[in-house]
Amino acid sequence: MSTTVDEMARRTGAMSSAELAGGRESRATVGDVTCANPRMVCRDVDVFYGSTQAIKGVSLDIGKNEVVSMIGPSGCGKSTFLRCLNRMNDTIDGCRVTGSIKLDGQDIYDKGLDPVPLRAQVGMVFQKPNPFPKSIYENVAYGPRIHGLTNSKAELDEVIEGSLQKAGLWNEVKDRLDKPGTGLSGGQQQRLCIARTIAVSPEVILMDEPCSALDPIATAIIEELIDELRANYSIAIVTHSMQQAARVSQRTAYFHLGDLIEVGETNQVFTNPKHRLTEDYITGRFG
Amino acid sequence: MHSSTLLIIVLGLMSLAYYVGRKRAIVSAGGAGRISTLHSLPTYYGLYAALWAGIPAILLMALWTAFQDEILVTLVKAELPGSMLEGLSPGAVGLLVNDIKNLASGAIVSRVATPEMQAAADRFALFSQIAVWAMWLGVLAFALGGMAFAWARTKPQMRARNRVESIFMVILVVFSSIAILTTLGIVLSVLFESLRFFQEISPLDFFFGTLWSPQTALRADQVGATGAFGAVPLFTGTLMVSAIAMLVAVPIGLMSAIYLSEYAPRRVRSWAKPTLEVLAGVPTVVYGFFAALTVAPFIRELGMSMGLDVASESALAAGLVMGVMIIPFVSSLSEDVINAVPQAMRDGSYALGATQSETIRRVIIPAALPGIVGGVLLAVSRAIGETMIVVMAAGLAANLTANPLDSVTTVTVQIVTLLTGDQEFDSAKTMAAFALGLTLFVVTLALNVIALQIVRKYREQYE
Repeated sequence: MSTTVDEMARRTGAMSSAELAGGRESRATVGDVTCANPRMVCRDVDVFYGSTQAIKGVSLDIGKNEVVSMIGPSGCGKSTFLRCLNRMNDTIDGCRVTGSIKLDGQDIYDKGLDPVPLRAQVGMVFQKPNPFPKSIYENVAYGPRIHGLTNSKAELDEVIEGSLQKAGLWNEVKDRLDKPGTGLSGGQQQRLCIARTIAVSPEVILMDEPCSALDPIATAIIEELIDELRANYSIAIVTHSMQQAARVSQRTAYFHLGDLIEVGETNQVFTNPKHRLTEDYITGRFG
Repeated sequence: MHSSTLLIIVLGLMSLAYYVGRKRAIVSAGGAGRISTLHSLPTYYGLYAALWAGIPAILLMALWTAFQDEILVTLVKAELPGSMLEGLSPGAVGLLVNDIKNLASGAIVSRVATPEMQAAADRFALFSQIAVWAMWLGVLAFALGGMAFAWARTKPQMRARNRVESIFMVILVVFSSIAILTTLGIVLSVLFESLRFFQEISPLDFFFGTLWSPQTALRADQVGATGAFGAVPLFTGTLMVSAIAMLVAVPIGLMSAIYLSEYAPRRVRSWAKPTLEVLAGVPTVVYGFFAALTVAPFIRELGMSMGLDVASESALAAGLVMGVMIIPFVSSLSEDVINAVPQAMRDGSYALGATQSETIRRVIIPAALPGIVGGVLLAVSRAIGETMIVVMAAGLAANLTANPLDSVTTVTVQIVTLLTGDQEFDSAKTMAAFALGLTLFVVTLALNVIALQIVRKYREQYE
């Protein structure tokens, strides 16, 4: 999608008014938004809810085998941006996305592209564990079934066992696959949701505050899992916990009021932020 | 000297008590500026006084009105010469008492008044007069006494708010128990009449007999009316009509619920939903017309054109129209449960690459199924109890048939026929209606209990 002159003008207008509100700093992104081996490439993404602009000209790459964390105060647009990456925003009335988002070179907002298979390639794990009110087995089998990924029961069993193992849940549930998924503990439910996502073999996994409803022990298990999953998938994670971002991600993006303020190696962003807003946020001056 | 005048006076006293109580509280606190030293707001002291002035007085008035007549009649009867009451049946005594009352109030009397009756009537009039005066005095005394009592107790440290609130709680309890006791009363009255019926007709014959012909002989010489009370044809008729109704209502209601809750744009929903609910507001009598005058002849014509023999009042016509009536019931209950499925379920499904229809078929409907089943069961109990449509469209012939084109009759239709017109209320024929009513009640109650249980269980799942 090309950016028109009009849009550019409007965007600059929006930026300058935001500047007036938030101080003198420039809202152009600090740091390198690209990465060596990108899987998803987002350029100049704007998101509007009706007439309100939630995301302003965000560009960001998500690389292969890396975890990108998105941090920022509430309402900064990080979840909105995440939901653009698998077109989950399509389900919201009055939401409009412009700019370009490419998955392996293919524009995912292309008119000819069906968002349904896209979401199998870009899976998503939500803030609150949301297993279906079905058995553990059926929860994981859901994706492979609707996409016809397996030809036999044995093959399906294999996929399910593999997914549960990758999600680190197999040993806990292998004896009760026919029990309802809603009967598991919160942390187990979230891992079940991760297993469910893995079962359709996505390339990218989006995680929207996956640990915010969990206790510290369950959180630690999921964080460990995220690190393991990096070997096979690209992961974008939105989190409110800066420690979590520091622990699990290789690159960190800091969002503020719809702008992407700073992107960089996680280490650098947390130890040596280049932008004043980033520094204020990570040192706990606000947010 | 009408008692409604008295009631108005008591209400006036209550508002007076309110102002007096409020004023007294303010004064006892030491003026309007020191209200904060009161335990409660002055309004509560006012309400407290008003309730004390009103409730005992109104209770007394209610009791007095309820029992006055009986006591007066007893007094008058006691003074009647024994010869007048001798050998009279209770009914005849009632007539005599009525005549005395009529004589006292100057209305038309059914017989020539004897001097004894005239004397009794005079006594009755006198007693009534005294009773009315006594009631006025008593009620006013209660009202003023209550007011004085509240006045005496109004002190800054009195917990007027707590007292008023506990009185209101008692009032709420009383009113809710009225509703419960009424239900209980209805059930018991039906139950006792049914037991009387089952003393004459064995329950075995009633529940398993296949011949229904409730005409009993009124006179010994009457022929051809022996009375047979096998209710099986009524049960099968009811079941058939209800089943046809559910076959219409469940698919249409469910589909429209799915469309309205999942697919319809907000603009369509904003007019489609109220329009659908208009169906629920159509009086059942009107559905009855529609069934009897439009649908039944249409089905008959259609059947005849295909060479089928269709009764002019067929189970099919009644069932179809009843189904239409129940559509909004099924659709609005199903829509509620479908909407209650959390958005997170939909998001989870979409995020796995499911289409909207896959999400609905594989996630939303299974998740909402218990609630939908509960709603359908409620609709079934509605269908079984529905009367007007079947009275007008299903017919009276108690045929034991499985052919929906035949005319059948239902439990409710038979209750209506048994109880309309002039009846003797002690024959098996009339009491059969109570037995049918009891059966109906038990079945619908059971369905409702099961349905509510299912719905409740489902609600807990997401909380």
